[in-house]
Amino acid sequence: MKEIASLLAQNHILAASVILFGIGFVNLLLQKNLIRKIIGLNIMDTAIFLLLTSFGYIEGRYAPILVSTTDPAQVEQYVNPIPTGLVLTGIVVSVSCTAFMLALTQRLYLRYHTLDIDAILMMVRKGGN
Amino acid sequence: MSAKELWTRFAAWVNGEAAPAARFEKEYQPKHSPLFRRKPREVSTGQPKTYEVWFYRVSAVLASVALIGILLATVTRLPLHGTPGTPDQNEVAERYVEQGLEETGAVNLVSGMILDYRAFDTFGESCVLFLTAMSVFVLLWNDKHSLPPKLEAERKEDDIILAEEEMHLLRHAAHFLTPFILLFGIYVVVNGHLSPGGGFSGGIIIGSGLIFYATACGQKTVSRFFDRKAFYILNFICLAIYAGAKSYSFFLGANHMENPIPKGIPGAILSGGLILPLNICVGLVVACTMYAFYALFNKGDF
Amino acid sequence: MLPFYQNIPFFCILLSMVGGVITSLICSPRWALRLHLGILAICCAANAHLACILFRSGESFTYMLGHYPAPWGNELRAGPLEAMLCALFALVMFLCVLGGLEDIQHDILPKKLPLYYLMLNLLWSSMLVMVYTNDLFTAYVFIEINTIASCAIVMAKDTGHTNMATIRYIIMSQLGSGLFLLALALLYGITGQLLFPSLRQAIGLLDTTGNYALPLTVLTGLMVLGLAIKSALYPFHAWLPGAHGNATTASSAILSGLVLKGYIILLIKILYQVYTLPVAEKSHIFDVLFVLAVIAMVMGSWYAMKENHLKRMIAYSSVAQVGYIFLGIGMGTAAGMTAAIFQVMAHAFTKPLLFVSAGELIRVSGHHKQLYYLRGAAHRAPLAGVGFTVGGLSMIGLPLLGGFVTKLFLAQASLELGWQNLLAFGVLAISSVLNALYYLPVILLIWTHGNPLKEELDSGLRQAPCRSKPMDFDLPLPPSFAVAAVCLMAGVVFLGVFFNPTADLIHQGLALL
Repeated sequence: MKEIASLLAQNHILAASVILFGIGFVNLLLQKNLIRKIIGLNIMDTAIFLLLTSFGYIEGRYAPILVSTTDPAQVEQYVNPIPTGLVLTGIVVSVSCTAFMLALTQRLYLRYHTLDIDAILMMVRKGGN
Repeated sequence: MSAKELWTRFAAWVNGEAAPAARFEKEYQPKHSPLFRRKPREVSTGQPKTYEVWFYRVSAVLASVALIGILLATVTRLPLHGTPGTPDQNEVAERYVEQGLEETGAVNLVSGMILDYRAFDTFGESCVLFLTAMSVFVLLWNDKHSLPPKLEAERKEDDIILAEEEMHLLRHAAHFLTPFILLFGIYVVVNGHLSPGGGFSGGIIIGSGLIFYATACGQKTVSRFFDRKAFYILNFICLAIYAGAKSYSFFLGANHMENPIPKGIPGAILSGGLILPLNICVGLVVACTMYAFYALFNKGDF
Repeated sequence: MLPFYQNIPFFCILLSMVGGVITSLICSPRWALRLHLGILAICCAANAHLACILFRSGESFTYMLGHYPAPWGNELRAGPLEAMLCALFALVMFLCVLGGLEDIQHDILPKKLPLYYLMLNLLWSSMLVMVYTNDLFTAYVFIEINTIASCAIVMAKDTGHTNMATIRYIIMSQLGSGLFLLALALLYGITGQLLFPSLRQAIGLLDTTGNYALPLTVLTGLMVLGLAIKSALYPFHAWLPGAHGNATTASSAILSGLVLKGYIILLIKILYQVYTLPVAEKSHIFDVLFVLAVIAMVMGSWYAMKENHLKRMIAYSSVAQVGYIFLGIGMGTAAGMTAAIFQVMAHAFTKPLLFVSAGELIRVSGHHKQLYYLRGAAHRAPLAGVGFTVGGLSMIGLPLLGGFVTKLFLAQASLELGWQNLLAFGVLAISSVLNALYYLPVILLIWTHGNPLKEELDSGLRQAPCRSKPMDFDLPLPPSFAVAAVCLMAGVVFLGVFFNPTADLIHQGLALL
């Protein structure tokens, strides 16, 4: 038990991101308000980005932007650029999906004047359009 | 329920009088008529039962706790964070860092990676943005005719308030600040291969500058120089240049031909081969998309 | 220089993406449609050509996207199986759009029609990439394009039902993509690779040394879970009936027939190229998939029986049919995979046939989807009636039709197995009976005489929706629908008759995957 705790403490950023993922997941499942559900999804995405960036990070190294253009770069000087690039792509994808979901939410709100997903579901079943 | 009753119901259902779901309804009367003579039944619209709600909640919490537990167990077995020698420090990262400048001409290794080594992903990513902008268009684009009357009245009222109210401070601030915001955005985009930033971050800055201006001075002012048509054409031109340039370089690479585009002097603004024009294209797409999101969410048109 | 045919996958992807971008400038729906159909026709022909060449030479190749080879740059990988599937998907998508044309024009506002075709173009490009990709992160990005595009084609028909269905669809899909991305991040953390060939080496190494065994198992589970949510395996199917049952006909047909299959093909590719079957076997993922598939085959049919909304019934039937595919995958053997891919092909013809015919039957019944109003619909639209009958009988498993051969192959493949054998036989039998129990009554119903809506209108129980002109039940047969229905029926019969050569091709292709 103590061993596991110390391992978790050493990997505390990964542990935090995993817990954040769980929080987002609970929000997604339990919230009835559509916007809160979407925020839950966003928290999940953010947690994954934290996990991914922390994989590339090594203490004491520079961000992957070359300090000098004349000296040959050494791999020991810089942090791994791949996770950063992946996260950049991932963020844009996540932003797009969020925008799409929010647009749908606005559309539903204009039609039914509520954000409660259960209430909307009931109105949809009852009234057709 | 007796066996005989079950059998009659089954027989009735085979005769096409009722789907088995009718079993769960209160007023279930088999009719003596062939196939599906009964009218479409009302879908139940009642509240879900309390025990169902609680069952759902408890199982959701349990599932999440289980997920967190499994993932925490996984975390204890993962390579230690922040130490050298993790599996991702392999030949891929080595080449990106050590030969990135020589091969892509970009000082910012991340830019070099996403716009040269792994440019296809980034192409897909700008297509995601484009696709989302178009989907939001489908959803929220309102003609004046298709708006609900109440909403239209509200929006007209907003316009009048915006036109009449003398928001001197906000407007002067907007007039003063917007050029600087846009300039900063352009700086970030153009220096994407030399310093932190690039098409996406710079594009967001330009887009937020436009949004700020539109909030202070009204969307109509912005639509004088940036309307729907301009959005479509700019988006099209940028994505077409991106697709053309990148597919040219993909094609050359796949067919093992030399890349004729000069890399330039490392560190100069005109360097990095295709990275600078691609960054500009991506920046414009992002800026347009962000403003389009704002305009569509706000007014449904621009 | 490479031989020209090796450029075909990339050119097809580029063509459909640029086509999508160009469509944004086209204002005329007719030209947007022509452009879309043209792209699909070109992709179909080019991929068929590629498949012929590759089957003849028995090779597969990788295509560098850029100047950097495998672990550094993006790559595509094409083998005969991928090319054949792409050609088939392009053909089916072409027929879906043709078959649903009348409904598209009825359901979607004219000014939004070009945007609908734009979504279809991008959807098609993402399908191509998901089949051809050799890179896990590219797969993720294009999964997202696929998700947004498929949600967009659901909500293009702008009613409360479709909006609600879309929001449920996209939330579930986003959960699936999130789990996939989490698995990708963990995999990157323990291997440091993203391309399939390098990942395969790294995982092979991990397997022999036994390092990171727990993370590997967990991330395999997460990845399969993510893709299973997106392809509507049983307990995660909740979004499917709404999205597929309420969208416009062409969207339903494309989503059921093709989009679900895209994720499954990606899963098969990952299992073959990243894990290899023996390594995947160790994480017991196949057993889990097998059990879920068995439940899906029964429960999907059970829900379908309770529906009285025709399109939702067909949508629930997709849940059962996806169960068949996962049953094949869950066997974890080459024969099982062959059966699964055969089912992918057979279902890609049958389900669009059912949806397209149902759309036409619904159109001639005054756009009412309840079974009650569909009585006698086949007499009003005979070709649609025949199409629905053929599709339904194929689902039930009548010999000489595609669905029968799937069941045959699955049963044959299960003979090699241990405890799964009896279970597979039992569930195949039960599922066939259940399929018959909900398809046969509907087939009988549409062929009996009568027209409930007309009766109601005549007796004054119901007002015509448009008072100025009386409702017309003698609608002419749209030529586009006729072409689509005949071609899809021909496809179903072709797969049912020439199943041995097809299975040989699949087997040959799987060996090269």
